[in-house]
Amino acid sequence: MTRFLRLIGRDLRLALRQGSDATIAVMFFVLCVVLFPFGVGPEPNILARIAAGVIWVAALLASLLSLERLFQNDYEDGSLELLSLSTLPMEAVVLAKTLAHWLVTGVPLIAAAPLLALLLNMDAEGFGVLVLTLLVGTPILSLIGSIGAALTLGARRGGVLLSLLILPLYIPVLIFGAGAIDAALNGLTPRPHLLLLGGLLAGALPLAPWASAAALRQAVE
Amino acid sequence: MPESAGSVFAGSALTCLRGDRLVFTGLDFRIAPGEALFLLGPNGSGKSSLLRVMAGLLKPIRGRLSWDDVPVSDDPDAHRGRIHYVGHLDAVKPVLSAVENLTFWATLGGAADPRDSALRALDRLGVPHIANVPGRYLSAGQKRRLNLARIIAAPAALWLLDEPTVALDRAAIALFEEIIAEHRAGGGMVAVSTHVDIAMPGARNLHLDDFTPVLHGEDDDLTDEEDAA
Repeated sequence: MTRFLRLIGRDLRLALRQGSDATIAVMFFVLCVVLFPFGVGPEPNILARIAAGVIWVAALLASLLSLERLFQNDYEDGSLELLSLSTLPMEAVVLAKTLAHWLVTGVPLIAAAPLLALLLNMDAEGFGVLVLTLLVGTPILSLIGSIGAALTLGARRGGVLLSLLILPLYIPVLIFGAGAIDAALNGLTPRPHLLLLGGLLAGALPLAPWASAAALRQAVE
Repeated sequence: MPESAGSVFAGSALTCLRGDRLVFTGLDFRIAPGEALFLLGPNGSGKSSLLRVMAGLLKPIRGRLSWDDVPVSDDPDAHRGRIHYVGHLDAVKPVLSAVENLTFWATLGGAADPRDSALRALDRLGVPHIANVPGRYLSAGQKRRLNLARIIAAPAALWLLDEPTVALDRAAIALFEEIIAEHRAGGGMVAVSTHVDIAMPGARNLHLDDFTPVLHGEDDDLTDEEDAA
């Protein structure tokens, strides 16, 4: 367990010292959302109507942006090889790295989301649910993304391949994430959507590290 | 030394396939406590592949590895706990200082007091002054010393070293020879591939070109999975 935490600690430290990955993801997220009023026009009703979907799509893309680097650095400098030879199971390595990735890129998104919702004129009733869906949803994005990142490791143009592999898998998260907010805004209960998101998280938590670990073992061979 | 002092690490009838090229076949080796094995052979003869097979990074398509006559594949986790592998890459993070880099690996390797053993390992390799230098400012030789410090920062019975002396100066090689000798005196085992002369008294040589398959068009049957690993 201490090794698991140390690995998270190392990844957080690396991310904070390099700084770029975390800020790029959240900047991209903000810019992406800010583009919509320019494209769709400043009509408040339209913006309020599409706010939930826009924020969620932007969150998907932002999380995708940094995923390519999830294992890349460790793979290139030989650390991944050594991690796979450590007594820490590969699944735990994946989980630790994904968790660190989520803390660095997912959490800032969640923090920035209410501000963007305000910008898009979303009804204040939706804010709580928005944060809640992102809180449950972004870890799923990181977990599913880790599979793609592991599979495309060492491939040329891995980032593009990663998007093609992973974006379709993000669709359920998008549907239930945006759906929960829409339900709340229309006076319905977001509960079923949130429960389904929770179910996705409960499924992804054991399955994604297992699949990624298998892909990583192939990659270091 | 680790609990495994007194154990024997051996491989028998190992066959390794990379892509669709047969690297070596029918290879046997045996390393007893305190022994060292030199892997010799021209480029491409499979020295690195053999070390990766020994480490468990690569699965041989035939043959078996055993530790005290127990197949390594029965308990790969235990095997990982008793080896240190040094490959071509130094795994040094540019934004972490040398001691931070090393402390992390010492923690993963199960050292009791990681930071302390990291500092002592740097000292042992003659580079105590780089402890607080970020990885990105280290020279190739210093990175290599840092990587070698990793294997003494946490204990492991078997060292698998792939060209460990690359980028090292003469003084560092001499130091490293001493470290290997100490490791062997404590019952440790070493397998080294190298092109530079490293003094390892009493080391056995394994010529990999002896096991390079002679092609006569009947290798096809070697590819069917026999799950012998």
